[in-house]
Amino acid sequence: MLEQEVRLLKYKTYLSYYCPHCSTTFNVERQDEKSLIFNAAYKQQDLVVKLSPYLDVFDTKTSIPVEEGDMLDDLICPHCKKSLINHEEKCEKCGSKVGEVIVSTQAKLIPFYFCVNRGCDWHGIKKADQKTIRRKIPRQTMPEQDPKIRAHNFKEVPYGYTSELALLEADRCLQCKNPKCVEGCPVNIDIPGFIKLISEEQFDAAARKIKETNLFPAVCGRVCPQESQCEIKCIVGIKNEPVAIGRLERFVADYERDMNLVEIVDIKKSTGKKIAVIGSGPGGLTVAADMQILGYDVTIFEALHEAGGVLTYGIPEFRLPKSIVNFEIDYLVKLGVKIELNHIIGNILTLDELLEHFDAIYIGVGAGLPWFMGLEGESLGNVYSANEYLTRMNLMKAYKFPEYDTPMPKGNKVAVIGGGNVAMDCARSALRSGSKEVNIVYRRSKKELPAREEEVHHAEQEGINFHLLTSPIRYFGDRRNMVKSMECIRMELGEPDASGRRRPLPLENSNFMLECDMAIVAIGNGPNPILFNSAPDLKLNKRGYVEVNEETGETSKEFVYAGGDIVTGAATVILAMGAGRIAARAMHEKLSKI
Amino acid sequence: MAKETIIRFDIEAPKIALKIKPGQFVIIRVNETGERIPLTVADKDAFEGTITIIFQVVGKTTALMRSLNEGDFLLDVVGPLGKAAEIENIGTVIMVGGGTGVAILYHVTKAFKDAGNHVIVIMGAKEKEMLILENEMKAICDELVVTTDDGSYGEKGFVTMPLERYLNERDDIKMIYTIGPIIMMKNICNLTKPYNVPTMVSLNPIMIDGTGMCGGCRVKIGGKTKFSCVDGPDFDGHEVDFDELMSRNSQYLQDEKDSLLYSIK
Repeated sequence: MLEQEVRLLKYKTYLSYYCPHCSTTFNVERQDEKSLIFNAAYKQQDLVVKLSPYLDVFDTKTSIPVEEGDMLDDLICPHCKKSLINHEEKCEKCGSKVGEVIVSTQAKLIPFYFCVNRGCDWHGIKKADQKTIRRKIPRQTMPEQDPKIRAHNFKEVPYGYTSELALLEADRCLQCKNPKCVEGCPVNIDIPGFIKLISEEQFDAAARKIKETNLFPAVCGRVCPQESQCEIKCIVGIKNEPVAIGRLERFVADYERDMNLVEIVDIKKSTGKKIAVIGSGPGGLTVAADMQILGYDVTIFEALHEAGGVLTYGIPEFRLPKSIVNFEIDYLVKLGVKIELNHIIGNILTLDELLEHFDAIYIGVGAGLPWFMGLEGESLGNVYSANEYLTRMNLMKAYKFPEYDTPMPKGNKVAVIGGGNVAMDCARSALRSGSKEVNIVYRRSKKELPAREEEVHHAEQEGINFHLLTSPIRYFGDRRNMVKSMECIRMELGEPDASGRRRPLPLENSNFMLECDMAIVAIGNGPNPILFNSAPDLKLNKRGYVEVNEETGETSKEFVYAGGDIVTGAATVILAMGAGRIAARAMHEKLSKI
Repeated sequence: MAKETIIRFDIEAPKIALKIKPGQFVIIRVNETGERIPLTVADKDAFEGTITIIFQVVGKTTALMRSLNEGDFLLDVVGPLGKAAEIENIGTVIMVGGGTGVAILYHVTKAFKDAGNHVIVIMGAKEKEMLILENEMKAICDELVVTTDDGSYGEKGFVTMPLERYLNERDDIKMIYTIGPIIMMKNICNLTKPYNVPTMVSLNPIMIDGTGMCGGCRVKIGGKTKFSCVDGPDFDGHEVDFDELMSRNSQYLQDEKDSLLYSIK
């Protein structure tokens, strides 16, 4: 299908039908004989619905699959498998059973009945109190690729909301006067503000509303842990499930981009001052954009051959398509930001040398030195750090080997050690590149998994096994020194440790062997020393991260700022962006006084 | 250069040329689908803004590089990477190079000579045709010994033979610096250990980014895991686990063949 058609299909508001139980839309494209197709027309606020049991009568893509036979005994929702038959109502014409669906028009939700007897065309609507029915709308799920299919491709998992789903979800927002969700957001996006604009069908205005505080909604809508930030504070969430803020954010950002509505913002008059940003990850990009807009001349220095940092080398295509990252980076270039690739600051230029040419510097180099566990056999072939595995797959596109030259790490039975988002990314990438069995080995229980719930859920759906309360103790290799198995030990949870999580303790004599011909160590990263070796006067804390003034992000070196993982240790994309924003503001304030 | 399989590139990279020190390396990517390969720099000219690399055609990337002509561009060159070789005036040093390792050895040798050391160079090659930089080396060192495996030039045999001779004859050797095939470095380290002469080796494991990010280049030094790209590439040879390095470096042999075959098709 042409790209343009896909866009129209996704964003054109149709009259749409929802299951009254799970509220999933019936936009399943099925045209087989066993489908009941019904069509509806919407004219000047009146609802005129025609229903037909014959496939060829109406040209519509909306269908509900019917089990069997001509006489319809039951109608099953394809999503929640519950019956759509409403036993309290009867057909007023022939007395047969009636089915019920919810019809959504732009502003209203209406329960709609129709006779399930073939040949009978009775249908009716029931007036419903909008407030009551609205409260019944559950959180809208995003349509996504079938797990069985997506486990073998690298395409993005969710398709994103359609306009109808976004409108329905936006209607769930209570528009609180004192919105708690905004407090939960590290960059304080005006959440009720942008959701209101969605309800008014001003999708592009909604995207611009977000961009007042967050420049990369398409990225954040995908990778932010909303469930522990904005959505956890949502008032709707007290009794029901919270409003899907992240999905709405993603929807408007995609809409704005797909419909070519992105505008280049106005840039303030040049200040004549120059800013250097080290690292082109989410934090660096935020500082660069903010400062460029404020009238500074910004240059980003990136060590790798592509910009984007963890967004490019780390997060896989199926979770964050590279086309989106590239779009955001292109936007910065259009703003006038200069990007110098292949520049390893510390080696090619030191901080002091940079300060000779720039008025201020932002260090956003992230935490990029992978940790290993120091186990016997960790250097065997096919034992990778998560960084190496993901860099090969994402940055070097090894999954396209031999079209691309970098060899793809492969194994039939893969063990991934760790329980964070990175571990999920590795496990799911391995599955997609043809591994038959992927096992996640994590030393705590399911409750403590640091990965986002959604990622864990997706991984489980795709068929990844979880060996919880399990820790590896050594690896064994074959004749060629390639890993062939891993000895593990079972764990139990003891008292809470410094992080507040219960400390895992090994259970004696619980050792067992886990076969694996590839192992990926995804237990975290520490600070990379390259930059600091050339700047001994930059104050670091005990753990080797940069010490900063928390209110400004300024380091012990004047005019040198830092933020993100290199200050906090490995954290999230949005926290890095938040830190970048704080530093940009402080930088601007300080430089304005000179 | 020798036999068309050992090739020299002078790459215009002024910023790198200004900073790079002996022992450090660069990473090169030839084209969009290419891999990143580390190459230790053989020389630099800060005034001209060029760095020199010398490589042997062994796989797809190096074959691709051979196909480039003067004036062509490489897609990416990043550096300097790794720690520079530690160079001091310590007296007499023996520099041992094998194969294309001699190229890197040249850069380091020059630095040792400039620091005021008495420099003995032992360089080896498979055969006369594969010998590189002999005249250049002669010009900067105090004593030069050449060996070839087949005896077609210089002494017949491996570099370890003249090295052993020196170790037996002279007791003023303060250090040995060696670079070449892993097996050669391993044998040299085994040889020098009983003599208790500090032996530095320059390692060249498989790496992706070269900045400490991937950990693919990890090597065991004295039982501890080190990253060759940020902690090295130079290490105390007596502490290196060469067997592990050899098996790690050979894990992609089949892929490398597949890659080459794919490109021929």
